[in-house]
Amino acid sequence: MRELALHLLDIAENSLAAGARNISITVEESLAADRLRMSVEDDGAGMDAGMVARVIDPFVTSRTTRKVGLGIPLLKAAAEACQGGLTICSTLGKGTRLDVDFQRSHIDRMPLGDLAATFLTLCATAPDIHWVFCYRVDQAEFIYDDAPIKAELVDIPLTEPSVLALVRGLLEEGIASIQPASAELSWN
Amino acid sequence: MPTVKTLEDLKKLREEALEKRRVKAAEGQAQIIVGMGTCGIAAGARDAMKAILDTIESDNLSGILVTQTGCIGLCEKEPIVQVVVGENDKVTYGKVTPEIARRIVKEHVVGGAAVKENVIPA
Repeated sequence: MRELALHLLDIAENSLAAGARNISITVEESLAADRLRMSVEDDGAGMDAGMVARVIDPFVTSRTTRKVGLGIPLLKAAAEACQGGLTICSTLGKGTRLDVDFQRSHIDRMPLGDLAATFLTLCATAPDIHWVFCYRVDQAEFIYDDAPIKAELVDIPLTEPSVLALVRGLLEEGIASIQPASAELSWN
Repeated sequence: MPTVKTLEDLKKLREEALEKRRVKAAEGQAQIIVGMGTCGIAAGARDAMKAILDTIESDNLSGILVTQTGCIGLCEKEPIVQVVVGENDKVTYGKVTPEIARRIVKEHVVGGAAVKENVIPA
């Protein structure tokens, strides 16, 4: 994957698969401390310690265990290549929190990518989840909590054109309003 | 407009109205499902999804349900998009670029004709 935003989408899919009702995603850029942190927190099924170890490093597991993916190990490797790391805190029956951080200026640090597209994909196509997206750059903060919008919509789906336009606009403008101008080097 | 004379006529009118509403609902019931497993995302599923949502918005297409699913076991064909229109069978598309995704919405979901070159045979 070429964007951290795509990794976020992938991690959030795990929360969906775990049957979460509430999922909160935070992206934090600290220019002062030169760190980029991301977290995904859910109230899904959770995992025991053995399962957490397996999703972080699937190659130590035996064949008889349930299938595990490569999304988390790939993200962990990307973080460790940038003076950072990845941790998972999980409690069975309570939920899971994944934290990953990078040295922001590291030459190998993947671009953040299209956060708005990731958030829009999640909230428009998994509307039963209560989503909270938070993006911080130093002291500036943009929070998108979809509960009030869905309370107004009642039974109108988020994939109605006028609603999509509204939500896309909120996300794109909110993120752009605090994103550092020279934050991204584009090599596409 | 003909006058409603009997209870029987009234009943028939109501049934016709209900039937019309049912047919309209079935016609308008279109669902698009995008595979969002790690395989799909790595292959460009978010870009396909974005193209679908953008087309719905720009063409003002009401009544389309867009959802997502995990890996369906055809990782080499990702990004995968499935379309269900009304009572028709589900059509599965593979290798869906943003351009193909836009065509699926316009030609299949709206126009009723599948984008044949990307259909994965059932």
